[in-house]
Amino acid sequence: MRFIFTILFCFTFCFSIFAASETKNAPKHEWSFTGLNGTFDKSAIQRGYKVYREVCAGCHSMNLLYYRDLIDIGFTNDEIKAIASEYTVIDGPNDEGEMFERPAKSFDRFVSPYLNEQEARYSNNGSYPPDLSVITKAKINGPDYIYNLLLGYVDPPEDFELGDGMYYNKWKEGEQIAMAQPLDEGYVDYDDGTENSLEQLAEDVTTFLVWSAEPELEERKSLGIKVLLFFVVAGLFVFIAKNRLWKSVN
Amino acid sequence: MNNSSDPKKYKNSFLNWIEFRLPIVSYIEREYKDYPMPKNCNYFWSFGAMATILLVVLIVTGIFLAMNYTPHTDLAFNSVERIMRDVNYGWLLRYLHSNGAAFFFIVVYIHIMRGMYYGSYKYPRELNWILGVFIFLLMMATAFLGYTLPWGQMSYWGATVITNLFSAIPVIGEGLKTWILGDYTVGNATLNRFFALHYVLPFVIFGVVALHVAAVHVHGSNNPSGIDIKSKNDTVNFFPYMIIKDTLAICVFGFIIAAVVFFGPNLMAEVDNYIPANPMVTPSHIVANWYLAPFYAILRAVPDKLGGVALMFASILILFFLPWLDRVKIRSCNYRPIFKWFMMLFFVNFFVLGYVGMKPAEGIYLLVARMGLIYYFVFLLLITPFIGRIEKTKKLPLSISNILNNNHSEQNKFQKEVN
Ligand code: HEC
Repeated sequence: MRFIFTILFCFTFCFSIFAASETKNAPKHEWSFTGLNGTFDKSAIQRGYKVYREVCAGCHSMNLLYYRDLIDIGFTNDEIKAIASEYTVIDGPNDEGEMFERPAKSFDRFVSPYLNEQEARYSNNGSYPPDLSVITKAKINGPDYIYNLLLGYVDPPEDFELGDGMYYNKWKEGEQIAMAQPLDEGYVDYDDGTENSLEQLAEDVTTFLVWSAEPELEERKSLGIKVLLFFVVAGLFVFIAKNRLWKSVN
Repeated sequence: MNNSSDPKKYKNSFLNWIEFRLPIVSYIEREYKDYPMPKNCNYFWSFGAMATILLVVLIVTGIFLAMNYTPHTDLAFNSVERIMRDVNYGWLLRYLHSNGAAFFFIVVYIHIMRGMYYGSYKYPRELNWILGVFIFLLMMATAFLGYTLPWGQMSYWGATVITNLFSAIPVIGEGLKTWILGDYTVGNATLNRFFALHYVLPFVIFGVVALHVAAVHVHGSNNPSGIDIKSKNDTVNFFPYMIIKDTLAICVFGFIIAAVVFFGPNLMAEVDNYIPANPMVTPSHIVANWYLAPFYAILRAVPDKLGGVALMFASILILFFLPWLDRVKIRSCNYRPIFKWFMMLFFVNFFVLGYVGMKPAEGIYLLVARMGLIYYFVFLLLITPFIGRIEKTKKLPLSISNILNNNHSEQNKFQKEVN
């Protein structure tokens, strides 16, 4: 009997572990949002957004995000309006049937750097910079992977043959990537005076990307604790009731 | 007419009014209150109830998801993301639905293993078993269809690989595949019909589940000893004795499901499905949903495409015949000392098949898949029908209440010795 239980137990948990254990043993990073009661550090997300806006947005779109979403990470409505108005979107047709350009508003999606995939590929040597909205969910151990990737530009081993227009990165599959090293120390100046080392920039932009992929994370975890508690308490009561009931049977 | 036409059966006059016109009150009373359950049923008997509840959860969350989902190749991915971001508690609906489906399979697999180990498929419950295998088939179809809906990379390529299997069938294969897809390749027509079918199949499942439950109630539930109910001493009423056990089981299982839904909602998902479908880019390896992986392993273990397809379908269809493959009258493996271990090995083998089904089909994985495949069929076609000739079964107890009393007296004896 116990044997069966052991099997069933393994069955339930093994598969998820298989799924998680496939990566090269990349270093793990400490994040504020992991764990049972993980939360986001809002100022880190804001800094990360600055990194995205000043560096990554030159090549990568994030078209699942709206400017209005920035309210979640502590921007005020006026700030959001100001940020959005720096971009132009094509709207229309107007009453005369013409398409026209206007400054973006807070209900617009993040404006993409390229008009379409073709233009993106043309400008990037044939490679397509993926949309970053849910990138941390699209990679195994997403946050760690992206953090490592951003720090992973090192000198290639001597006999390594790089492809045309490729850069060596020790964490990318095949150890080369079509993205030139996007970040380095001092690339972005923080308004709040946080030190802008490479590690700090990478950590902040990754936090921003995790927020963008899982904006519900904090709400989910806090509701989760309550639901788990409910099952524990209800289970306890039911357990006592069950023992009382079955006493007379046994 | 029978006595249900007696208009003064219940204290409550409303119930009497209903009962007189439609004897549903006495039906519910008979089937879900006074229904006799063998006293010795363990918690494995709660998995049927849990599966039913999960089915309802899936249907309810599914209906709300469908209100916000758009089955179009250009919009599907973004509409799912909109559900996750902009619909109130949309993330909860979706994570409950996707993880709920995975847990539905876990629960049903345990339920099936329970049925196999304790011989619940034998006389007089054969039809019950057959209905169960039907449910399982429908579940697999529904899960496959549902997996294509988010229109991520794995959705698209999974659908492509699986529908391609049909083209292996001689003569009609290509035509059949085109007929299923509604196009020559997986595309918008496919997504539309998959959505329509994914919406309707769960209701079909629900209907078959109703038959499955009604059928088991005719001859009563099996129990760990596999012997028939002899007297009222052997049973307890469903309400409240079984209900309370089921509720406890649901609390424990609910805790596990909630832990995954709230704290690791993507643990059982494929990361590639967060990349929008792209017919021009093939993912580095296309993996089956883990709960279908054992059958995927069987498919790939055969070098010949048609052979693989045939064996995969055979591996499921053969289950329909299990009640006639196993001719031994004794139901429970507890009294079959040899068969019991083969049965356990069959379960282990099934997990192993599932594991290799998610690995690339090469080298050691392929070898293991082939051995697993052989054992799968050897167990069902050779061991099960013929082991009865050499196996010396244990003596069955006289009745269920006898087992329980013996246990107690043994325990008492033991306690006396300790004292
Ligand atoms: C000069 C353009 C450019 C900039 C700036 C840029 N990227 Fe990229 N990025 C690319 C290209 C091109 C690819 C595709 C690489 C490939 O497929 O090999 C890519 C790929 C990626 C990937 C996917 C890697 C993978 O394993 O698939 C991530 C994550 C990423 N970029 C993050 C960022 C972040 C974060 C920033 C800002 C700090 C950034 N990128 C800035 C061009 C850029």
